[in-house]
Amino acid sequence: MRLRVAPGGPAALKVLAAAGAAAAPVRLVWGDPLERPLASLSPPWVPALELDSGTVLFSPNAICQFFFLARGEEPTDLTNQWLEWEATELQPAASAALYAQLVHGKKGLEAVEALGQLLDHIEQNLTRRGTAYLAGDTKSVADVVVWGALFPVLQDETSLPSELQALRTWFQNMTLSEACRKAADSVLMPKALLEFKSYLQKHPPPCVATERATSNEPEEEDGSERALTEEEITAAVDAWARGVAALPKPWKPQKPVLPVEGMRNVLITSALPYVNNVPHLGNIIGCVLSADTFARYCRLRNWNTLYVCGTDEYGTATETKAMEEGLTPQEICNKYNAIHADIYRWFDISFDYFGRTTTPHQTTIAQDIFQRLLARGFLLQDTVEQLRCEDCQRFLADRFVEGVCPFCNYEEARGDQCDKCGKLINAVELKNPQCKLCRGVPVVKTTQHLFLDLPKLEERLEPWLEQSWATGDWTANARYITRSWIRDGLKPRCITRDLKWGTPVPLDGFQDKVFYVWFDAPIGYLSITANYTDQWERWWKNPQQVELYNFMAKDNVPFHSVIFPCSLLGADDNYTLVNHLIATEYLNYEDGKFSKSRGVGVFGDMAKDTGIPADIWRFYLLYLRPEGQDSAFSWSDLMLKNNSELLNNLGNFINRAGMFVCKFFGGVVPDMVLTLDDKRLLARVTLELRQYHQLLEKVRIRDALRCILSISRHGNQYIQVNEPWKRIKGDEKDRQRAGTVTGVAVNMASMLAIMLQPYMPSVSLAIQGQLRIPPDCFILSHDFTCTLPAGHCVGTVSPLFQKLENDQVESLRKRFGGGQTEDVAVKPQAEQTHPAPATLGAPGDPQLIQELTEKVAKQGNYVRQLKANKAEKGEVDTEVAKLLELKKQLLLAEGKSPEVPVPKGKRKK
Amino acid sequence: MAAAARPGVEELALLEKLLGLPRGNKYGVQGERKIPVLQTNNGPGLTGLMTIAAHLVKQAKKDQLLGSTAEEKAVVQQWLEYRVTQVDGGSSKEDTTTILKNLNIHLEDKVYLAGNTFTLADILMYYGLHHIMVDLTVQEKEKYLNVSRWFNHIQHYPGVRQHLSNVTFIKNRLYTNAH
Repeated sequence: MRLRVAPGGPAALKVLAAAGAAAAPVRLVWGDPLERPLASLSPPWVPALELDSGTVLFSPNAICQFFFLARGEEPTDLTNQWLEWEATELQPAASAALYAQLVHGKKGLEAVEALGQLLDHIEQNLTRRGTAYLAGDTKSVADVVVWGALFPVLQDETSLPSELQALRTWFQNMTLSEACRKAADSVLMPKALLEFKSYLQKHPPPCVATERATSNEPEEEDGSERALTEEEITAAVDAWARGVAALPKPWKPQKPVLPVEGMRNVLITSALPYVNNVPHLGNIIGCVLSADTFARYCRLRNWNTLYVCGTDEYGTATETKAMEEGLTPQEICNKYNAIHADIYRWFDISFDYFGRTTTPHQTTIAQDIFQRLLARGFLLQDTVEQLRCEDCQRFLADRFVEGVCPFCNYEEARGDQCDKCGKLINAVELKNPQCKLCRGVPVVKTTQHLFLDLPKLEERLEPWLEQSWATGDWTANARYITRSWIRDGLKPRCITRDLKWGTPVPLDGFQDKVFYVWFDAPIGYLSITANYTDQWERWWKNPQQVELYNFMAKDNVPFHSVIFPCSLLGADDNYTLVNHLIATEYLNYEDGKFSKSRGVGVFGDMAKDTGIPADIWRFYLLYLRPEGQDSAFSWSDLMLKNNSELLNNLGNFINRAGMFVCKFFGGVVPDMVLTLDDKRLLARVTLELRQYHQLLEKVRIRDALRCILSISRHGNQYIQVNEPWKRIKGDEKDRQRAGTVTGVAVNMASMLAIMLQPYMPSVSLAIQGQLRIPPDCFILSHDFTCTLPAGHCVGTVSPLFQKLENDQVESLRKRFGGGQTEDVAVKPQAEQTHPAPATLGAPGDPQLIQELTEKVAKQGNYVRQLKANKAEKGEVDTEVAKLLELKKQLLLAEGKSPEVPVPKGKRKK
Repeated sequence: MAAAARPGVEELALLEKLLGLPRGNKYGVQGERKIPVLQTNNGPGLTGLMTIAAHLVKQAKKDQLLGSTAEEKAVVQQWLEYRVTQVDGGSSKEDTTTILKNLNIHLEDKVYLAGNTFTLADILMYYGLHHIMVDLTVQEKEKYLNVSRWFNHIQHYPGVRQHLSNVTFIKNRLYTNAH
């Protein structure tokens, strides 16, 4: 039997301990949490036991029970009761406590307190029965299961209150037993609870804690709604009163931006988009937009920031594309580089420099790294068999070969895969291979290639990773993917290719070869910076002063966390290595995937044709940034978020605040006399602001956006409760109150404008203009200060957002292929028109259609006539057959499915 | 209104009758979720639906309902747990859909939850799902075809249904395009 456990799942602990305690002969498989689960019912992080009969057990408790049963230990009423109690009571509470501990960072003790009653329950049972174990004097399945739930929260018995003496003793006994100790070591060893944390962070918080009335959880705090302390209120009022003077001056770095001694120097890259395609919304949010938002935030924090990106231009795909479009590779790159740059400009991406990889600097730097790796013995040579076309004088990349599939004899199999049977093909195994370029017959030749010796570099990689993980912010998925790569064992990786379009390999015997894009492309970050400034090494060979953030989608993680760092570590030239690796999950489109070939989804160049402003796109994409889990773009949701969050919440608040100043106070911010209510609001807003910083410092971009919306919600509520539009008509006291409320609100609007800048730069600028916020205030501090004091004049205030209408969004959905299922259903039918008999001419030929229509009508009349005259059955049948044949031809000519006239039953796929 | 088995005590009474046990056990409930407690003369009694049900089965000497081999026993245990954690724990429409989907996949190649033998898992799952199945539309019943087949089978198993309402299933399929 095979026991499959994922290293991050908390339930792994008890099944391993049970297997050990019952001495079960299991074969342990450490599952990759990203792989498909073994049993359909179990999520991948839950252990699964595959029995020899093929049955799969997915419940951790049943697995434990099975191990004990197999050894002949039958369950008793008592063990059953403990197992049921563990599954229904303890497990949900323990998960919630663990979540609070690891994700919310609650102290261990608080988490233990949350388990209070449940711990008491165990204590009482142990003392009442007076036994050493839960179900008697010997250890049973009950002990293992309960211990497995408690251990991740408690860790050791000292975290238990001393009055729970029996529980402490029992827990200590269990923890010291060989089976439990081993299980704990193998599940928790390298990074202690980080394993659990990354597991928990990937899942929604367990909701049991709040629903469950029985567990005496202290009131579940939700950041914003917790009670304010006196100190917080006083501090907020002080900060408010200090005003603009308290703010640091915005840092305007000299160009080119270079690291500055004594400042925080932040270097940001987003994965280089491949040049031969137009990026879709998923690409944009995964890389450039996320990085841009963070870069803007860094600049607002006065951190010395450089953000670079560019197009990745070398490789086979570019050569293929060039052939398709009848251009040279360089022309293709020029064309698409411009397209990319245009799209990013439209999305207002604030690159300090947007470059490309096909530059002389790329060649110099890549070759230098290569030479250093070679000199230090980190490259291996090996012989590979490959197809070569003698006519074209080149080795053929897989996609340049076609031939007969060795498996199914399909005639047009590609060099890497057969489109018919779907099997992967090794290009040299194709029967009758043909060069796709000249149709010549290629021959099998051996060719030399160079490999990066990753196994040898692993000893440098491991300590670096450990240090980077301990000090940097890597997203959970980045850690997972990296860990599983290393666990599967590193193999030498080919870094050369027999191509023309690439960086040449500077080594004798390799003159016809270039670097494989995945060796080459990340070096693009360096060469692009080199094209920006000749002092690029101050950024890239300066790990002491520079902090490097890499943004990407999760499929790019191994190249940035393993392969590229290995190249740089092996080259041994004091390179700046990634400190924070920020990877997103995937963005889907209306429950499906973006697909260029099927024309489904919104692509970068189309976004501007929708008439929806770039900032709305930015807002919505960041609002559903796939942070921690996949998310899906949806048109109706876009409309909803625009109309509810932007228009009714944020836009409404900022607009009202500004309008009140204009309408009631002649455009001049009135005097403010703060009451306790106002002071509370200041403290509340300060809390949200601090939360915003905390999240953005951890690059939780999507979550931080919620803080902005939360502040404007507080603002709307504040205006609604205080009704300045009524009070302005009242007595002196009422009018003063209206003034205070308006003043505080317009200052909140001013701060929102700054907080919003990383997300919606144009809207932010518009608010800045409308309220005439001084440029010196465009800086983010940790305090909410009065930046628009009494007497400040605002400009002309106008609405910031427009409502999206249903019709408009519906038509956009249609245009961009929202209804994917319909599209797919239509396709096979359309393809059926191809095998139409050649004699019928091309489908859609109007003359032919008319001719056939007339014939059908004529034949139809003839048949009716025969029937009316009660002609012989045989004769009628013959004529009906002719009629049906004519109808079929007509349908074919019209390009419709010919099978429609066939009676009976619907066709099934 | 269809009569529905409330999880807990009422359901245990049905089980007692099905097992042919004489009435006489006393039950109480505990906590917010009204967890059944079987009171015994000596000691604190037994708590929890799974635990009590297994106890009753043994009392009636029908141990085969708990499975014969170690494997079967573990599988029965697993589905009883699924019943008390997932079926009783979930209340939203989404939870219900997930449960039906999961069961439908599991029952694709099985007659009973534990494979080829009728067990306590079938009985308790039937009682637990009854209130859900009663409310399904014809189309939903067809969508979860394997669950429907199994449920119909169990409700006709001698002695199981008792006073609970019969859930009707249509034999011929109406929504052939649904898949």
